[in-house]
Amino acid sequence: MAKPIEVDDKTFDQTVLKANTPVLVDFWAPWCAPCKAVAPILDDLAAEYEGRLGIARLNVDEAPVNASKYGISAIPTMLLFKEGKPVGQIVGFRPKAELKKALEEILT
Amino acid sequence: MNRAYEVIIIGGGPAGLSAGLYASRARLSTLLIEKGIIGGQIANAAHVENYPGFPDGISGLELTQAMHRQAKKYGLETVAAEVIGITLNERGKVIKTTEGEYRAKAVIIAVGAEPNRLGVPGEEKFLGKGVSYCATCDGPFFKDQMVAVVGGGDSAVEEGVLLTRFASKVILIHRRNRLRASRLLQERAFANKKIEFLWDTVVEDILGPDRVRGLRVRNVKTGDRSTLEVSGVFFYVGLHPGTDYLRGLLPLDEEGHIPTGEGMETEIPGIFAAGDVRKNSPRQVITAAGEGATAAISAEKFLSE
Repeated sequence: MAKPIEVDDKTFDQTVLKANTPVLVDFWAPWCAPCKAVAPILDDLAAEYEGRLGIARLNVDEAPVNASKYGISAIPTMLLFKEGKPVGQIVGFRPKAELKKALEEILT
Repeated sequence: MNRAYEVIIIGGGPAGLSAGLYASRARLSTLLIEKGIIGGQIANAAHVENYPGFPDGISGLELTQAMHRQAKKYGLETVAAEVIGITLNERGKVIKTTEGEYRAKAVIIAVGAEPNRLGVPGEEKFLGKGVSYCATCDGPFFKDQMVAVVGGGDSAVEEGVLLTRFASKVILIHRRNRLRASRLLQERAFANKKIEFLWDTVVEDILGPDRVRGLRVRNVKTGDRSTLEVSGVFFYVGLHPGTDYLRGLLPLDEEGHIPTGEGMETEIPGIFAAGDVRKNSPRQVITAAGEGATAAISAEKFLSE
């Protein structure tokens, strides 16, 4: 079963920008309570969207270059990348059903 | 999967977790339904200093995770789902959620409250681009920058002080000329050289265009308008209970709070309310915990009758 992939500044380009499928990147940090609530939902989504969508998690402490490159100033923020470019963003915690709805809107 | 419980608790903040602890220790089969963050609003607080037993303070996240562990130890079950409605039938209460229906003999509503949006132009557009409702989460992104905090209560002042750890300056904007926050927090804020106060002032507009670059503010006494250059704005302008789906089932006050009796009982036998969702609740972690325990004890009595 697919699981979210941890990415940092070293692995970001290869794992996210050069991926064959769209990738949803969750920018998070250990000090953030809503980020903790997002984690199990992304675990579910990684399995549900296997093959169609990659799910990656980026700890902003360990990947400051990319966090700043994409202008992250609130967490959790989820950015959807298609063919190396950010095409949509979801800011803040959403319950699973709402997150899926928002995600489907950007995916299509 | 079990869908029937003696007690179902809606909401996983301090009220719900304390109710879960007491109900589980009473050996009642108990399910807690939480749509978002186990721990509730206070999980976002960097430092809780007024919960007894922690003389050096404790982070809201640690405190509520400990409450959750303690309740789970005695058998509390939790599920991530959003409640859509509650209906009554001869066998008890049916709780409709995004993950299907659950049945309970007693229900404790401890859904707490959600932060208000101020409703100014740019607030939605710049969410995640300088607009924030969680200083603990987002403060570190504003290192050596100027930020504004809007509000005058405990949260605004506490989080304003927290933000001075990162920001070069914090401008606290309040629509009145005095703070509502506790005296100790006020003293701390007044003594902090990085905090500047803008009294009698409201935010009219958030200025972009690509991300927050400033605020247009208006002095409510003089009518004078001015512009502040800030790269972040944190809103702490009160909370509202998320109880819309209960209208028609329970009487609610204008803001959506649930009136209860001394035992946290509502007008419907077997339905209780505890914590910030309750009318006239003091909205403290300690009182939410106390009300949750009281509600669970009342639910136990109700079930044994």
